[in-house]
Amino acid sequence: MSTTFIEGSIAVAKTVGVCRPHVISAYPITPQTHIVEHLSELVANGELKTEYVNVESEHSAASVVLGASATGARTYTATTSQGFLLMIEVLYNIAGMRLPVVMTCVNRAVSAPINIWNDQQDSLTARDSGWIQLYAEDNQEASDMHLQAFKIAENKDVMLPVMICMDGFVLTHSFEPIELILQEEADKFLPPFKPQYYLTPKNPLTFGAMVGPDGYMETRYFIEKTMRTSLQVIGDVAADFHNQFGRFQGGLIDTYKVEDASLVLVAMGSVIGTLKDVVDELRAKGQKIGILKVRSYRPFPKDEIYRALNHVKEIAVLEKAISLGYGGILVNEIKSVFYGKPKTPKINGFILGLGGRDITVDTIHHVIKDTVKATFEEKFVGLNEALIGGK
Amino acid sequence: MTTTLTASKEQSCQTLLASGHTACTGCGEALAAKLVLGAAGSNVIVTDATGCLEVFTTRFPQSSWEVPFIHSLFENSAAVASGIEAALKSLGRQNEAKVIAQGGDGGTADIGLQALSGMLERGHDILYVCYDNEAYMNTGVQRSGLTPFDCMTTTSPYGEFSWGNKHNKKDMPGIAAAHNIPYVATASVSFPKDIENKVKKALSITGPKYLQIHSPCPLGWRSNPQLTITVARLAVQTGLYPIFEMENGKITKVRKVSTPKTPVEEYLKIQGRFAHLFKSPDGNEEIRKIQEIADRNIEKYGLA
Repeated sequence: MSTTFIEGSIAVAKTVGVCRPHVISAYPITPQTHIVEHLSELVANGELKTEYVNVESEHSAASVVLGASATGARTYTATTSQGFLLMIEVLYNIAGMRLPVVMTCVNRAVSAPINIWNDQQDSLTARDSGWIQLYAEDNQEASDMHLQAFKIAENKDVMLPVMICMDGFVLTHSFEPIELILQEEADKFLPPFKPQYYLTPKNPLTFGAMVGPDGYMETRYFIEKTMRTSLQVIGDVAADFHNQFGRFQGGLIDTYKVEDASLVLVAMGSVIGTLKDVVDELRAKGQKIGILKVRSYRPFPKDEIYRALNHVKEIAVLEKAISLGYGGILVNEIKSVFYGKPKTPKINGFILGLGGRDITVDTIHHVIKDTVKATFEEKFVGLNEALIGGK
Repeated sequence: MTTTLTASKEQSCQTLLASGHTACTGCGEALAAKLVLGAAGSNVIVTDATGCLEVFTTRFPQSSWEVPFIHSLFENSAAVASGIEAALKSLGRQNEAKVIAQGGDGGTADIGLQALSGMLERGHDILYVCYDNEAYMNTGVQRSGLTPFDCMTTTSPYGEFSWGNKHNKKDMPGIAAAHNIPYVATASVSFPKDIENKVKKALSITGPKYLQIHSPCPLGWRSNPQLTITVARLAVQTGLYPIFEMENGKITKVRKVSTPKTPVEEYLKIQGRFAHLFKSPDGNEEIRKIQEIADRNIEKYGLA
């Protein structure tokens, strides 16, 4: 292990490199570019032996890794926002074919209006696609998660694609001291990819057959069943990683000062860092407050969340995405965890940070005060009153 | 007049597309795919776009493909094949199989054109085969970019203000050739030996190759299923479907049209998709325009 002061995107690219992918395919889109640029540099310098396929669209990037994965190759792609939406048709296909592709979704807002800054609307749009979705809190976790992702995806009891979601700019373009994973350490952690079924004349199989009403539903049943199995695998792989590298950023979830908390903030991604600062400040003043980080969003760890939060009186869910016409997405999933349980805490939802709107320490203080004071479904936080014609 | 095909002695008749699939009687595409595979042999990995071919050969739990086969989506056959080729290279398995990508005319020239362009431009060692039956047959005979002029389809119907498809057939082989690839060819399902030769030749060349095979669809063309070969041969003999080979950007071989020249009426009148042209004397002017298309092809490709 070596600690380097490095940009998040470069750390991720280097980690992907030591995972020895056979085929990488990507199309450039801000703010994903630094990841794929650095990977192509590694290939150009001979540091990474892989087939790097420059494609004409994200749809083809996903299709190239689909074809390569079906041929028995370890594959990787990365995208964000509009590119992610263009990929979605193929993402469903990859999951349906049970191909263990790993990708980075650099989280960015979705057009219109066009906006290149961070929120999490893009990846949440594909929450039902059959991909495992993991959200990174900081660059160390984003980097480490990629090594874990291949191990989860290629587990023979999983064989589902894994998406690492990392906040655009906030993580991808920020520099932090990172413990980079060395090649021999990665090789020790991640065994070579040996799929049971792949395209070869030695065993001519048909992939992607047409399945009618007599069999389609079972394919969904099996993916859903596997999602349940993968809850265990995600936790196990995080534990294996902890054993080998001494770092643990959570398995399905992570908690911070939750044990005796009466109010807990729930969120995903880089905002967790800001929440920790606020929680430390309020704890020093005696407030019983903690944080629950949802690390695995799909599969959604209902039981783990319930166990962590069942003693809590008040919950504030902070999210950088919205289901227009319904409201908060994560907040409703957190509420569903408590359905039918003996005690239901107060659960308030907060939509914030859309399109890169700053989330400051003051924003978080506001969220906490609101939660102590009132009960509501959800609220937008940090709106510009001048733009919405407010008071 | 029914033209029948008999396998010549030297013709390899290896069957890698098993019978029992659910293609319609007289389907040109099924025959063309069988001929392509027979010529390519078993050391291949094939992809296919969504469409009739995929539907009638892979109804779960059955498959007609006796070679490794993958169908993903409508527009990405070329990109999936690119990934397969890259994987074989990366895994050191490039001698294990040749890669063949397949699609219908819509999956190739319309929705899949971008992915195909990427595949051709990047120089992948892949043979792309387009089975051209000149409309979206799988969804019920809607117009595609390769539907010929004045052809009636369900989205280019004949009516008081319409003679059918308003546009000329897209020059897809020309678009493929514009990528400066080593081999572009057209073929017709009515000349099976020619398909076999072209597939074998294409697979002997390293790099991207494009082969477009005219494949009648009796259902969509409203032609007698017994006449599939006759219809396809007339398209060639009239000059409406030029058959040529292009190597490194230059036309190296063409199939000559018949002498004396066969008028386009001979081709048009046996297909219901052109029947509206014969309903009134006004149709003669349209037939004349179609004859002009044939004449231009004869001149452009030197088919006389």
